[in-house]
Amino acid sequence: MITKYLFYFFSIVAIFASVMVLMSRKPIHRVLYLTLAFLALAGHFILLNAQFIAIVNVIVYAGAIMVLFLFTVMLLNLNVAMEHKKSNLIQITAIITAGLLFLTITGASKKLDLVYNEEQVVTQIGLVKNLGKILFSDFRLPFEVSGILFLSAMVGAVMLGKKTGD
Amino acid sequence: MMNLFWVIPLFPLLGFLISAINFRHFPVRTNGWIASSMVFISFILSLFVFFDLAGGASAQTIILFDWIKTGTLNLPVELLIDTLSSVMLLIITGVGLLIHIYSIGYMRDDDGYRRYFSCMNLFIFFMLILVMGGSYLVMFIGWEGVGLCSYLLIGFWNRKHENNDAARKAFIMNRIGDLGFLLGMFLIYYTFGSLSFNVIFSKAALMLPGTAVLTIITLLLFVGATGKSAQIPLLTWLPDAMAGPTPVSALIHAATMVTAGVYMVARSNILYSLSPLSMSVVAIVGVLTALLAAVIALFQNDIKKVLAYSTISQLGLMFLGLGVGAFAGSMFHLMTHAFFKALLFLAAGNIIHSLSGEQDIRYMGGLQKRLPWTFLIFFTGALSISGIPPFSGFFSKDEILAAVFSKSPVLWGLGIIVSVMTASYIFRLFWLTFKGTLRGTKMNTDSIHESPMVMLIPLLVFGVLSAFGALPLFIQGIDRNSLTTFLNPVFKNSNEILQNISPVSSNTKYFLMAVTLSLIVLSIFVTYTIFVKNKHTPAEENILRKGFIKLAYNKFYLDELYDTIIVKPVNQLSGFFRDTVDLKIFDKIVESTGRLVMYSGSKIRLLQTGNVGFYLFAMVISIILVLFFNLIK
Amino acid sequence: MQNITGTLPIIPIQHYVLFCTLMFVIGVAGVLIKRNALVIFMSIEIMLNSINLLLVAFSVYHNDPAGQIFVFFVMIVAAAEVAVGLALVVMVYRHTHSIDIDFLNKLKW
Repeated sequence: MITKYLFYFFSIVAIFASVMVLMSRKPIHRVLYLTLAFLALAGHFILLNAQFIAIVNVIVYAGAIMVLFLFTVMLLNLNVAMEHKKSNLIQITAIITAGLLFLTITGASKKLDLVYNEEQVVTQIGLVKNLGKILFSDFRLPFEVSGILFLSAMVGAVMLGKKTGD
Repeated sequence: MMNLFWVIPLFPLLGFLISAINFRHFPVRTNGWIASSMVFISFILSLFVFFDLAGGASAQTIILFDWIKTGTLNLPVELLIDTLSSVMLLIITGVGLLIHIYSIGYMRDDDGYRRYFSCMNLFIFFMLILVMGGSYLVMFIGWEGVGLCSYLLIGFWNRKHENNDAARKAFIMNRIGDLGFLLGMFLIYYTFGSLSFNVIFSKAALMLPGTAVLTIITLLLFVGATGKSAQIPLLTWLPDAMAGPTPVSALIHAATMVTAGVYMVARSNILYSLSPLSMSVVAIVGVLTALLAAVIALFQNDIKKVLAYSTISQLGLMFLGLGVGAFAGSMFHLMTHAFFKALLFLAAGNIIHSLSGEQDIRYMGGLQKRLPWTFLIFFTGALSISGIPPFSGFFSKDEILAAVFSKSPVLWGLGIIVSVMTASYIFRLFWLTFKGTLRGTKMNTDSIHESPMVMLIPLLVFGVLSAFGALPLFIQGIDRNSLTTFLNPVFKNSNEILQNISPVSSNTKYFLMAVTLSLIVLSIFVTYTIFVKNKHTPAEENILRKGFIKLAYNKFYLDELYDTIIVKPVNQLSGFFRDTVDLKIFDKIVESTGRLVMYSGSKIRLLQTGNVGFYLFAMVISIILVLFFNLIK
Repeated sequence: MQNITGTLPIIPIQHYVLFCTLMFVIGVAGVLIKRNALVIFMSIEIMLNSINLLLVAFSVYHNDPAGQIFVFFVMIVAAAEVAVGLALVVMVYRHTHSIDIDFLNKLKW
């Protein structure tokens, strides 16, 4: 029972936060609302017993990426709200398009027969120990490659950030 | 030797390659000697083959390699050696050798010396392939190849526009004949399932005479022969082909290429004997051509043109012989004709060479004293072609005429008329050129000299052959021609089918011979009277000629006729196709394709707005569409 | 920390699908509506996260760890992408003193 309520709670928080990201005026507020959305999603992950993912979500997304965003906002001195908006026509079209996308995907998912047994054992695969075992045995190669990916991203970011003429 | 006969064509091919590659630091003169020695080697090898066959070896076929092999179509490259091809081999290599040696002297001062000998060797190669072919396909390869070399050699002096036109005319008329040949080949393949001689002839021997399909096949093949051997209606290219060097005319247009048609019919003798209709067509076309060409030759004033029409006429006689079933007789006449016609052409070459290029007999005369050897040799050739015994032409012509008489006295009568006219025109030529006084106006009379040894020796050899060349064949008796016996294996099936009994008794034969001879000798004396005693010379260009003489002098306006009937309409048709179809339709289609691409490009280009928001929008829309279509599928 | 929850959530999977779709669509709308490059980035993050949740949900319901590993890698890539993307935004700002994407149209025909 309580999972159900928790689910609804987290969902509503996440959606509310996402909408506020789009609708709020000040950039800092937007970043903070996004962080709230991430935390709500982390709650979802914990509901699913995906502990590792939940923690990583908080650390990486809410911790690192949002901080990055904050830094950029402060660097670009975007505290003043940007007034420019796209023309009304484009906004309406965009909303309608998004709605269409929603309809298409839900329609598609209705065609699937997603039936699950209600009585199932609690899953243990989200635990750090189990996930770590699989990550380092079956998925060792992607793991290493992602290290190289990070390295290249870091180098790229530093290169891009350099002032011209250095 | 019989197993290795396929190397015979390789030597002229090698000579062609050597001359064509044009090695640096190669003295130009050696090309002539190399080319001649290559032909000499082929000649020696052909001699070996001949002696092997005469000693009793049997005919051989060799499959060199599989050329076309797709599905059920299997066309290998086959070569065949039997008595017929060995005779042709000897003629081609022997006459070719002598003419090569002659050309060394004749073409000495020409810039295209090397090119000349490469083309000549290539020609010998293709001609050898033609006669050694073991299937219609290989023969056709040689057939086309000699047409090509003829084109190259006629248009040898290619700076002059008329020579190029003449070469093109020869090639195109040959091609028209080749179309008939090709259609015949297709029909042969369809009927017999193969193009190989052995297969076809053995199957055909089981067919009934008068089969429709055989008649069509032989008529089509004969169309090819008319193109190659200049019979009606494809004969106008040969006189124009005299634009080439004289040795070329001697080799190609007298002794070898034009005889390819005769050889082809002789080779397919089974098919022809089984179609009486085609035989009649061949005989009638032959005799009509002979008549027409002889009449025209009587009134021509250019040495080479007279000889060209004479060739057409003699070829007509050969086809007449083929048409009545005297296959061996026609081959005999082919051989003797090669001798005396090559001789006449080379002698004419001597005359032209010594007169620095003058070819009109109205400006010649009195050359007997200046060119004694040429005079003597030309006389020999003239006697031979007229059919005076014991010269070789007499025997071969009489053999044909005897066979013709047994089939149809009417044709024999026409043949007699042709022989009389032959004697007349050749002796007209002879008297006008050598007797009397020199009528030339422009040349220095001191510079007329006899030709060098290298040109005279081949002439002498030809002279001896024309004079006495036929005599060895009658060693076994005047009625038994060794050549006929030698060629018998090739023709024996046809002879059985045609049942050519020799119905003329010896007495009748001698009577016929006597009639012919007396008429010929009479005509020789008549011409002597007209041209030597009365010193009549042919009229100049611009004198008005009347009636029949005008017709004959202008070659019966054949060229003009062809021009109106065929050339002009084809030109107009091609012009029509170019203007309406090509320019208006095809060009428009191609152009509009390009324009369509450019137009659509200019419209699609507008998508590149550079606006990132627009791009994002487009991406989302596309995703939606993809999902949507997956949904409804 | 073995079991935070007692049994598998009784929440049917369709709920998760619906929820994630909704978040995804909000992200899409944000990408299309806004002109600020940073906001567009943030909307992309929203989209990515909704997909992460869906993947994890399916992985749990199928008892297949591959889904969660995939989420792990998605996060890695998202982090790298944000790093580079923000560096780019900063550079663009330095040149044009604005992060309005409508001004970035030099690539037109």
